This record gives sequence, structure tokens and C-alpha cells, in this order.
Amino acid sequence: MNAFGGSRTALRLPRPLHPGAWWLWALGMATAASRTTNPLLLALLIAVVAQVVAARRTDAPWARGFKAYIILGLVVIAIRVVFRMLLDGQHGTHVLFTLPEIPLPEAAMGIRLGGPVSLEGVLAAFYDGLRLATLLICIGAANVLANPKRLLAAIPPALHEVGVAITVALTMAPQLLESGQRVRRAQRLRGDAPGRVERLRRIVVPVLTDALDRSLLLAAAMDSRGYGRRAQVPTRTRLVVSALVLAGLAGVAVGTYGLLDATTPAALGLPVVAVGLLLAGVGLSVGGRGVRRTRYRPDPWRAPEWGVATTGALVAVALVVIGGINSAGLHPSVQPLEWPTLPPLATLAILVGLLPAVLAPPVRPPTPRRRVAVDSSAASSTSTTGRGARASSGSDAASGDDIARPPVVVEVRT
Amino acid sequence: MITFDHVSVRYPDADHLALVDVELHIDEGELCLVTGRTGVGKSTLLGAMSGLVPHFTGGHLSGRVVVAGRDTASHPPRELADVVGVVGQDPLAGFVTDDVEAELAYGMEQLAVSPAVMRKRVEETLDLLGIAELRSRPLRTLSGGQQQRVAIGAALTAQPRVLVLDEPTSALDPTAAEDVLAAITRLVHDLGITVVVAEHRLERVVQYADVVAEVLADGSVRYGPPAELLRDAAVAPPVVHLGRLMAWEPLPLSVRDARRRATVLRQELADRPQPLRASVRPSGAPLLATRRLSVTHGAVVAVRDVDLALAAGEVTALMGRNGAGKSSLLWALQGSGSRHSGSVSVDGRDPAELPAAEGRRLVGLVPQTPADLLYLESVAAECACADQESGQPTGGCAALLDRLVVGIDHQAHPRDLSEGQKLALVLAVQLTARPQVVLLDEPTRGLDYDAKERLVEVLGELTSQGRSVVVATHDVEFVAAAADRVVVLADGEVVADGPTAEVVVASAAFAPQVAKILHPEPWLTVTEVADVLRSSAERVAP
Repeated sequence: MNAFGGSRTALRLPRPLHPGAWWLWALGMATAASRTTNPLLLALLIAVVAQVVAARRTDAPWARGFKAYIILGLVVIAIRVVFRMLLDGQHGTHVLFTLPEIPLPEAAMGIRLGGPVSLEGVLAAFYDGLRLATLLICIGAANVLANPKRLLAAIPPALHEVGVAITVALTMAPQLLESGQRVRRAQRLRGDAPGRVERLRRIVVPVLTDALDRSLLLAAAMDSRGYGRRAQVPTRTRLVVSALVLAGLAGVAVGTYGLLDATTPAALGLPVVAVGLLLAGVGLSVGGRGVRRTRYRPDPWRAPEWGVATTGALVAVALVVIGGINSAGLHPSVQPLEWPTLPPLATLAILVGLLPAVLAPPVRPPTPRRRVAVDSSAASSTSTTGRGARASSGSDAASGDDIARPPVVVEVRT
Repeated sequence: MITFDHVSVRYPDADHLALVDVELHIDEGELCLVTGRTGVGKSTLLGAMSGLVPHFTGGHLSGRVVVAGRDTASHPPRELADVVGVVGQDPLAGFVTDDVEAELAYGMEQLAVSPAVMRKRVEETLDLLGIAELRSRPLRTLSGGQQQRVAIGAALTAQPRVLVLDEPTSALDPTAAEDVLAAITRLVHDLGITVVVAEHRLERVVQYADVVAEVLADGSVRYGPPAELLRDAAVAPPVVHLGRLMAWEPLPLSVRDARRRATVLRQELADRPQPLRASVRPSGAPLLATRRLSVTHGAVVAVRDVDLALAAGEVTALMGRNGAGKSSLLWALQGSGSRHSGSVSVDGRDPAELPAAEGRRLVGLVPQTPADLLYLESVAAECACADQESGQPTGGCAALLDRLVVGIDHQAHPRDLSEGQKLALVLAVQLTARPQVVLLDEPTRGLDYDAKERLVEVLGELTSQGRSVVVATHDVEFVAAAADRVVVLADGEVVADGPTAEVVVASAAFAPQVAKILHPEPWLTVTEVADVLRSSAERVAP
């Protein structure tokens, strides 16, 4: 049944959006952000992105890190401004304060350490930093909105092995951390190590050995479950496929750089991306023919996905076009100093980026909290025992009536 | 269904054969139990059935192994994935994905099953194993029993004809183990799947087995019906030992069979003196005393207001289901673990306030994965390092190690040792500091009956030197043999604390097999029964 038929109800049933749609939207917003240094426009963009995240974010564990990206953005701005204050190469008329100057040898020509700090320099650094911060926040929004596991599941069949490697790495990374904590605690049982190298060795050797053992176990498990069955593909076809895919990916990378950097010639932008995508697509489809594998419950691509993806593309294209026509509003000048303004067309284009908050299907409401008692040996070694949540009814029955108070429970959402 | 035809296996760089001239036939729908001492080749036998030996592990396999009509020589494991399902000892290490549903579907994805069929099978498997409410849970948050059932489900969705399980219940507490075994027997009886299980703790499984295959020390395999084979097998559960002692024919395999036979024995033992251990309590000031000890991990209360006093010369068993707080309590007693409130005093000092090197002279702990402490290249190097750390003369640790386990090669790499040998090495390392209190966290995992007996002897030696020993374990047979006192924890609080016989005999989950057979008499081990019968025979026959 076509998803467009009965579209009103299909749009409103809660379901997760295809992760590719979120990434396309976020990349569109990032492209738009890279085309301007107007702080007002960038702030508006950040607000739009944050609003969409707030409206369509789930509370899964991977969806919680948005604040970290905002903090990262602030750190980037701070670093830029501080560096500009220390190494101000731009002389401006409004001097804020003067740092003591440290003379550099002749070889470091043009770079001045310290000296007067001008408002123009600081503002230029601030605009640049804000642009980079906006880019980071757009990527962060994509990370928070799109389930990385579903994204890996949507990888084309020819790149399946890469996808599996990334999935396993994502699963193993927290295990590695946990293993490190466990080993560090256990090594304290041996007393303190004599030196720092020795102390590091005591932690690294068991953790790595453990990781190696586990990876062998995992490989055996995957092998016995059928991973790696493929039809016999002649070597020449495989080489051709690899060459096509590599060339395509290189083309996409160069083209994306060309799009994002406003100073490169126009020919290096969209056309190269298109050619790259075509090459990569051909290579992947040819390579995918040899792989016999099905997908369990793949995410559908329906009207909301088209809507969200085209919104991102629209915003990007609009800002590129506006930048081509009249770049004064998008790049407020620093010398001479002038107040930045909000160009109306660009503002409207950015506000279009708010649409996914409405277009994307609503998020599944959180299931009613179930009171469960979480296993108390959570911090102890877990490689052989598991930890988990048991229904409190079971533990109450076992404790009998000796306990005067009910056990402390932790609310866990299922 | 499974045929081994003169099969011998030699691993690369090995000087001896792992399996020698194995002949084995397992029919369809049978539950085959593979037994044998640690390191004798059970995993190799199971690996040969799934094709992992020699395709994955390397090595040389001579002879023929035919599984469901397919020869493993021409079929690597991935070609056998639709007829053989494999479940390992550590389910978490074998999980590829993040949540239960994706894990169940993974095998079918690799076998290119159509999406509609995949969906149906996932739902059926969730119902079959009783894990339907776990479907969207991340795998890392499940308990051990749930993880093991998900691993079995993940192997089942491919609808194999043979299921191979390598020690599925070793890490589980008794109730979780019962769940997993119930699921396995249901597969055999309802679905007709051929199941091959390797287990150390035979007391749980042997009553369900149709065929027992024993792997002997020289690498050969003998197999047959359980009652016949266990008559003179090297490893046997307590109920079989009791049957051999009383010369019951045919040999009882389950508690119920033995109980029916044991009416005469019960009457005979009814007027015998109670086993000595039950009534002796060492007296004196406690070696270690805690007052209102509490441990929290974030918002979770792991241990709540525990008052415990350990006397010298006593072995205390700490029991409770997975997650009751046993490990947290042990770590808090040692001083390395975080403590929320309360005090611990050993000889008037609190181990947590001392630096690590001093603390381990008061209380020594062998953690759940002893290999975490080992990081050097040879056993001798570990021993030398231990001597240096504890400020003892060189050779002390090596001498201790030789007393704990015989036949260990001091030039071997610690990771190449068997589980029992690793445990002994870490115990020797910790004992080099001469602590007064020795704590062991789940030492019996992966140990066979012989190694456990040796451990019981070692613990007896430690207590005779005036130390106090605490063992956290699930293994009720081990507790019956080793412990003088049992403390049961549930949800972080002490629910039972008393002599072994009192606590263990009355409980359904914690009673050893002999206690269940001779209920209500408080006899815990076959050795006790044998001693009493022999002493009464000596009295009767002058």
C-alpha cells in the first residue's frame, strides 16, 4: 500500500524516522551554516536546530548527548577568541586592552605575540568560531536524532563488512572501558606498582588480552551463525567494484568540501558531488549483487522522510543562492565595524529548517515506568555474570517478611 | 544425526593429540551430556561437531565427522549454520548486536531468510524461551540467565537440527540454571532437536540425559546410557556417588530416584550422631567485624546495614542469587570497594583507611576473574613480583603455589593455565602477603569435581592456620563440603546466618543433593554418610 494514500493518519502514527533523512537534513543545515558568518543568522540556525531536537528527540541512551555538543561549540568559540587575542595579526581601530608583547625572532614574520587586542580582531574570531560551532551542533543534532545502529543497518550490502566492523566496535567500546575499570580495581589488590610504566602495564596487558580473547570468541560465534557466506564473485569484478566505490567516495568528499568552502570555484561543488555519488552508487549496486543477506525490519522511506530531507536541501540551496547574489548581509564586515543585520530572505530560508519538527512523525511516548530493582553487583565483574533488572515482585517474595522496609528501587523505563 | 568416525584432532604446535580415535553416534532427538575433567577435550569435541575445529581453530582433524548428513571437512562453520546452532559459555562475548530482537534476527539475516519469515520466527522464539518482555532491552542490562536464554534463542531462530552448548549454566545461580535447563529439555522433547551439552556440574543435568559421552584423560571418548556409564566414571554427581556407596542397582540419577531407594538408609542414619561439623563453632574474639556496613552504586543500594563477625578458623560461605550484593560486600570488606557508611575492623584497624599495600596484609581478596591480576609473561615472574610486593623472601610465593596445586609448569604463560591453576596462582599471590582474612569471590566457576575437592582441602589448611575464610558462591555441593557457616544475602541484607547444616538443609534452593535425598536428616555430603556407616560397621564387627 502506498504510503501517500491515507497520508494524514500515516504521518501521525508514532514511529522513528529513517536515520538517513535526519542526516540529510542536518547536513543541509550545516552547509547553510558554512555559507555565512552573520552571528544573528547563525544564532537563529542554532535555535532552529535545537528546537527540532527538542521536539523529536527520544530518550534512548544514545540520544542524550546534545548538551555536550553545545558545550563543545562554546569551547571552540572560546579557543578561537583566546588565540586571536594572543596572536592578533589584525590591527583595528578600537583597542580593548593591551597585553605585554613578547618579541619573536625574525623567522616568525607577521606573527605577533601579545600586543594591543582590538575589537575587530576579537569579533572576527568570534564570527568564525560561531560558524564552526554551528557546524558541530548540526552534526550533533544528527547524532542525537538518528539511531546509529539503524543507520548502520541501512548501509548498502556491498559495504556490509565495514558496517559490521563499526557495529562491533560500537558494542565493544563500552566493554573495553568496563574491562579497564575492573582491571584497575583488581590491580589495587596487588598493592601499588613501583613506577608509572609498571602501573600502566598492569592495566593495559590484562585489558588487551581480555579484548583479544573476547574478539576471538565473537569471531567464532559469528562464524557459526553464518557470517561471511557469499556467492563466488570473480576477482576482476571485485577489483572493479572497489575502484568504482573508492573513486565515488573520493568524489563525494572533494565535492562536499567544495560545497562547504565558499571560496572554491563553483565547478568543484555540486557537479563533483553528483559525479561521485553516481560512481559510488554504480559500484555499490554491482558489488551488492554477490552478497546474499536480508534485512530484518528495515526502516521505511516514506513521505515524512522525503519532507525532512528536502527541507535540509532547500535551506542549503537557498543560502548558497543568496550568497551568490548578495553576500553583504551574510558576511557583516569587521573593518569598518558595523552592526550585523538580519537579511529577510536568509532568515526565511533558515526558518524553513523548522519544518521537520512538524513533518517528522511524533516520537513514541515513553512506556509507563515500571518499578524494578536493579542488580546490586553492577560494579563488580560482569564478564561472566550478567547484571539486570528483575521484577520487584520476585525479590519481595524471596526476602520474605524479614524486611521491614521495601528494597530501594530504581525506576527503569523499558 | 551426529557421527564421529575414527576422529583424531591435533592442534597446531601441540605435541599430543587432543582427541584420539573417537567413535560416537548420537541419534536424532537425544540429549547428550559430555563430561570429563577440565582441559581434557570437551570443548574440542563440541567444536568438531560445529565445524569450528579445525576450520576456525586450526589444527589437523583426521577421520570423518558427519552432522545432519553434512561432512564437516567440506563444510566450514558458516555452511553448517542452518543445521548446527552453537551457544558458548559466555553469552555476552558472543553477542553481535545491541538488543534482544536484533540479536535473534542476526542469524537469519546471514542466512538470507525472507523478512516475513524472520519476523514470525523471532516472535515464536521469544515465546518459546519466555523472553517476550525483554524484546527491546539492551543485552548488557540482562541478567545471566536471561542472556543465556537469548543466546539459545539466537541460535534457535535459524531452526537448526542440532544445538551444541558449552557449559551453559556455569555462570548462573541455581534458579537461573534451572530455567535454562528447563528450556533446553523442552527443546528436546517438544521440538525434537538434538542437544549436546558439556557440563561440569552434573548434578543438574544428568537426570535429563539420554546419552553420556565421557572424554577420558588420554583423549578417547566412551559413551552410553547414563546409568551404565556413570557406574565407574571419573566425574560423577553426589547422587551417583551415594548410589555407588550403597551399591544400588540400577544407579539412581536424580534426587527422586535416590530418595525412593533411600528409605532403609534414612532409618539407619536416623539414630546416628549428627555430623560433627554442624555443632562445632569456633569461639574467640571475631577476626573481622563490621557494623552497619552499607554500599551503594549510584542510586542503587547494593549492601544495606550488614553486621557481620568472622571468627578465626572458620570458613563462611556467602550465598544468594546473582545481584544480591555478595561481590559488593566482599570488596567493601577488603577495603578497595566503595563504602557508603558503616565500619569494618580487622584487628582494630579499618582496611579502607590503609594504603593498598598495607590493606592486603589484613584482608586478601581473590576477585571473580582472577586473571585480572595477572600481567606478566610467566608463572615464575608473577611469583617473583608477588614476593617483591609483599616484602617476603623470594621463593615464598612459588612454594605456596606448589602446595596449592601440583604439576604446574613455572615457565608457562599465566593465560595458558587452566581455570583451577589460574585460581591457585592468584590465591598464592594474595596469600604471599599473609593476610588474616581471605575472601574468595566465586572461585568454583569452571572447576571440575577434583579441583573443587582440592580447593576444599586448601581452605581447610588456611583455617587450621588460624585465618578466616569467606567464599561467595552458588555451588551448593561445594558449600556443603567446605563451609562451616553460611550467610545468605538477598537484596543487600542478611536473611540467614548460621551453621551450614541449619541454613542449607531447610532451603529448597540451597540444599545439596545428599540433604535432599536424606531429608529430614541433616547430612550434607557422601563422605559424611560413608564415615558414619564405616564407623558403625567397625563397631558392629569387632
